[in-house]
Amino acid sequence: MTATDLSTPVPAIAAPGNHGTSARRVRSRGGRLLGYAALVLAAAGLLLPFFWMVVASLKSNNDVFTIPITWLPDPVVWRNYVDIWQRSDMTTWLRNTLLLSVIVTFLQVLTGSFAAYGFARVRFPGRNLLFLAYVGTIAVPWQSYMIPQFILMSKAHLSNTLWSIVAIQAFGAVGVFLMKQFYETIPEELSEAARVDGLSEFGIYRRIILPLSRPALASLALLMFTTTWNDYLGPLIYLRSPELRTIQLGLNTFISQYNAEYALIMTGSVLSVLPVAVIFLLGQRYFIEGVASTGLKG
Amino acid sequence: MATLPRTRPRNRRLVSRNTVAGWSFILPNFLGFAVLTLLPVVVLFYVAFTNWNVFGVAEWTGTANFRRMWDDASFWTALRNTVYYAVFHIPLTLAAALGLALLLNRKLRGVRFFRTVAFFPYITSIVAIAVVWNQLFSPEYGPINALLGAVGVDNPPGWTASATWSMPAVIIVGTWRYMGYYMLLFLAGLQTIPAQLYEAAETDGASPWQRFVHVTLPGLRHTTFFVTVLLTIESFKVFDLILVMTGGGPGQSTLVLSQYIYQKGFEENQFGYASAVSIVLFAICFGITVIQFMVNKRRNS
Repeated sequence: MTATDLSTPVPAIAAPGNHGTSARRVRSRGGRLLGYAALVLAAAGLLLPFFWMVVASLKSNNDVFTIPITWLPDPVVWRNYVDIWQRSDMTTWLRNTLLLSVIVTFLQVLTGSFAAYGFARVRFPGRNLLFLAYVGTIAVPWQSYMIPQFILMSKAHLSNTLWSIVAIQAFGAVGVFLMKQFYETIPEELSEAARVDGLSEFGIYRRIILPLSRPALASLALLMFTTTWNDYLGPLIYLRSPELRTIQLGLNTFISQYNAEYALIMTGSVLSVLPVAVIFLLGQRYFIEGVASTGLKG
Repeated sequence: MATLPRTRPRNRRLVSRNTVAGWSFILPNFLGFAVLTLLPVVVLFYVAFTNWNVFGVAEWTGTANFRRMWDDASFWTALRNTVYYAVFHIPLTLAAALGLALLLNRKLRGVRFFRTVAFFPYITSIVAIAVVWNQLFSPEYGPINALLGAVGVDNPPGWTASATWSMPAVIIVGTWRYMGYYMLLFLAGLQTIPAQLYEAAETDGASPWQRFVHVTLPGLRHTTFFVTVLLTIESFKVFDLILVMTGGGPGQSTLVLSQYIYQKGFEENQFGYASAVSIVLFAICFGITVIQFMVNKRRNS
């Protein structure tokens, strides 16, 4: 089980639009039609839940479930998007989540890219063994050590503070893997030349490697932001006070409180998904490259 | 450098300088990683042999937790349900992801749009996903059963309201959510297969199916292996989706290992016993990964 075993199967994905030279030419017209039919069908299946979410969020509560099903809101009830702010602590939840996501992303990008440089570019005894410890954690789900982690955090008086979420998310191995993969594609000669010029390792990292790795840093930042934004289990275990709730935690308490308010629940869901959806659509390229190059989840 | 017959002082200085530089790069991340991941894993193996709870002092109880687990019907139910989820989720997701990747690897219009669509469930939060699907699965008024009724299914399933159908419902949502993610990995793998191989196969008169079996599948072996490892771990640790969608019910029909750990630990404050169950989860994930790596290595050689 070496680092190369893991990194070989997932090379960086080709630039969008270029679907690789291996793409088979679709020759027959029938095959092409069949392909489109499959695409449309799959897209419909994948999008149906999102369609339902948006449509239901614009219905009055009684119209959500009807026989037969109404697929378009009539009339369109924009009020839900006003009511939700009054009936829930959406503002607090969003503020907490935004704060956490920004801090975690910043720390993960900083420490992850730093550590990755040490693993990718500096040779020293014990390095591979140390990296193996990082790789090994792929096979160890967080669920299996959440109990002792919680005990340690409680001893440190960090549970029920926002810091607990920062701590459990910011030092993961994802950043290290993603950035290491990227640094290894930068030609070693660049660093060699800088070393001859008398630049220290830190100088090389800051002046040469960092400016070159903007796309990879963007990938990592987007992945981390999304992971932290969507995290439900961490906040569930660590954040007990209502004023500390994140959007996922808040939404879920809202759902159990108003479990018959189908339309409002969908409104809350749309709002919780919206920021991540916008970020994803804007930075899609980085997302997809990041995922393809690490094959790892947060 | 280490293989040189005698280490010159200059070399030694280089090594120690590199060691300092290397460690100082790694340290900020490693400190957090060691304290928050490595240390808890070590502590896990201590807590599991104690009767640790929130208030009391932990006493060493030896294998008591494990003996209790052996007779604990709920534990076995949770284990069985976890395996149930894994046995269906892994092949379904693998097939769906590979199918989507093959479809998207063709030169069709709109593949970029579709790639976005397929990845979208993966970046959507579990809470939103679970609540939407619960509405879709609603036995009496939901669109899924309406659709089934329209195609002539007389007795549509009760989905999350029925002990028999709640697990299939969860498996469907799990597959729906993750297939886009694994599709991306397969897509990246497909792009590494040289086009010449397909051309050669075509000149040899290989049918599309033969090309798939003899060119695509062997070319994807590394990716498939990697995806299987990730999928296996992901299946055995399944938790948040089930927690929000069914809460483990109805009854214990969707209770899984992770959730059982959560119940015993955070709801009943039995940290010692919950840690013993955690060790089982740990051993399954770690063990299966090691076995997969060994099998893969043997097949490679």
